[in-house]
Amino acid sequence: MIEVEGLTKRYKDTVAVDDLSFAIRPGQVTGFLGPNGSGKSTTMRMIMGLDAPDAGQARINGVPYRQLGIPLREVGALLEAKAIHPGRSAFNHLRYLAVSNDLPTSRVEEVLGLVGLTEVARKRVGTFSLGMGQRLGIAAALLGDPGVLLFDEPINGLDPEGILWVRNLLKGLAAEGRTVLVSSHLMSEMALTADHLVVIGRGRLLSTGSVAGFIAESSQQFVRVRSPRADDLRRALVARGATVVKEADGALTVSGLTLEAVGDVAGAAGAYLHELSLQSASLEEAFMEMTRDSVEYRGELTAPSDGRPLADATASGK
Amino acid sequence: MTITTTPVRPVDPAPAGTAPRHLRARSVARAEWIKLRSVRSTWWTLAAMAVLTVGIAAIAGATIPGRWASMSALDRLTFDPTHVSLQGLLFSELVIGVLGVLVMSAEYGTGTIRATLAGVPDRPLVLAAKAGVFAAVALVVGEVLSFVAFFVGQTLLTSPATHATLGEPGVLRAVVGGGLVVAVLGLLALGLATVIRHTAGAITAFVGLLLVLPIVIQALPTSINQAIGKFLPLNISDTMITVHHSALASPALSPWAGFAVLCAYAAVALGAGGWLLTHRDA
Repeated sequence: MIEVEGLTKRYKDTVAVDDLSFAIRPGQVTGFLGPNGSGKSTTMRMIMGLDAPDAGQARINGVPYRQLGIPLREVGALLEAKAIHPGRSAFNHLRYLAVSNDLPTSRVEEVLGLVGLTEVARKRVGTFSLGMGQRLGIAAALLGDPGVLLFDEPINGLDPEGILWVRNLLKGLAAEGRTVLVSSHLMSEMALTADHLVVIGRGRLLSTGSVAGFIAESSQQFVRVRSPRADDLRRALVARGATVVKEADGALTVSGLTLEAVGDVAGAAGAYLHELSLQSASLEEAFMEMTRDSVEYRGELTAPSDGRPLADATASGK
Repeated sequence: MTITTTPVRPVDPAPAGTAPRHLRARSVARAEWIKLRSVRSTWWTLAAMAVLTVGIAAIAGATIPGRWASMSALDRLTFDPTHVSLQGLLFSELVIGVLGVLVMSAEYGTGTIRATLAGVPDRPLVLAAKAGVFAAVALVVGEVLSFVAFFVGQTLLTSPATHATLGEPGVLRAVVGGGLVVAVLGLLALGLATVIRHTAGAITAFVGLLLVLPIVIQALPTSINQAIGKFLPLNISDTMITVHHSALASPALSPWAGFAVLCAYAAVALGAGGWLLTHRDA
């Protein structure tokens, strides 16, 4: 169980996390979603007791992180890939962590096996790929067999097989009754992995709820219809209270009426149909719609005044 | 690495009841010891210390007997065989300072500090464990090198040059004290690195304090120079390894008073570092 209450963090003149409150329950994977720079990592560092909040509090199993008896037995975290001394072997990195918390050294071998790094355990971390670094970070998180797990962008740098592995790992950990919080800026990934979502933008809570609810609530559905008598059809649809937009290819995009109702209106108006289909905005579009006003850095889409080509003007955040 | 999709299996539950319920200082210190010995830079710096410190004692010891005849009467009269053998400890002091800086700054440079503090959120305990383990290593290495340099030097200082024995007044103090100064300067560097958190910055500060500050103070008027010069780490260190104090031109603190001042410097640096470590974001 992770509880965040009125958490606030300011850096000079910017507010990184703004009065954030939520609770992460055990037994499910909770996706922590937000655009880059929205305060996900800062929030996670405050939960871990690494950064001190300017206001509010984060608690794990009811107490602030610094009051946990044996921290690694209660919380495991992957905060940054390869935030590990490159000259130290994977085994020694895990070993010192285990020793500091009085965990048996046998756990080091176990978690190395669990993440598939047994064969390279004695190699220096500096020789590892980003994906291997992620696996080592996950091994460190699992070291104390904790009931609460935090993963900050765990699939960064992983190949498709690694992504699938992480996805199954997270689901498995949640199925064992653990509290699993995983941050991501990819809505599509969270739709596949998470059961529950906490969405933030510019450090503020935008939405919280089940993934299914989020999809139903934020993804708009509309009907696409094509007819040689498009103008007659449009008048008939508008008369029934629908909102109709004419697309460039001559098709009509109708919202406010069901697929069946649009078909009925077309039949009554005597408009032959060449297409009648239900369209839904993708999850990614729904997420972008929700966070549109809270994106820290946005690509510039208008042509600059100096007449450079549009493509050169697209600048985006990290 | 083998690319496998390891199936998730239930992790063995922690052996409840048998395990301690709180972090233990002994275990945190053991963890710091694993960290210190599991990176190659530790062994490289310690090897460099040994080669430089004993090497200088050997070179001085081997060449002085041949030069003895051409030395002035005053030089022969004030010849301090103990100091000659221990002067290479200056390199030990520099190198232990670099190691002391790295012990802390590498944690920040690599991001390991976050793993360390997630494991042990009691930050004063982390610093105490780090300083304790590092001080023990620095003291053992400093003392061993001081004694080895002394014995190598005295063995090579053959007639007509004079040589010293541990039984003579002040000699044992110089040899033991030389190792102590190495350890305390290492702690001072560790404290500076805890404050500064960057390898280059902390090494610059340490070298500035040890070697550059004396040059600056040398340039000041003699009255100021004599008033504050004796508080410089370099002069305190030199006083400690000197047996024939008449050889010193400037006024100096007594060896142990100087050592106490040096300990105070290290304590202030570690205290400031500990306060900042506790109050700053990691």
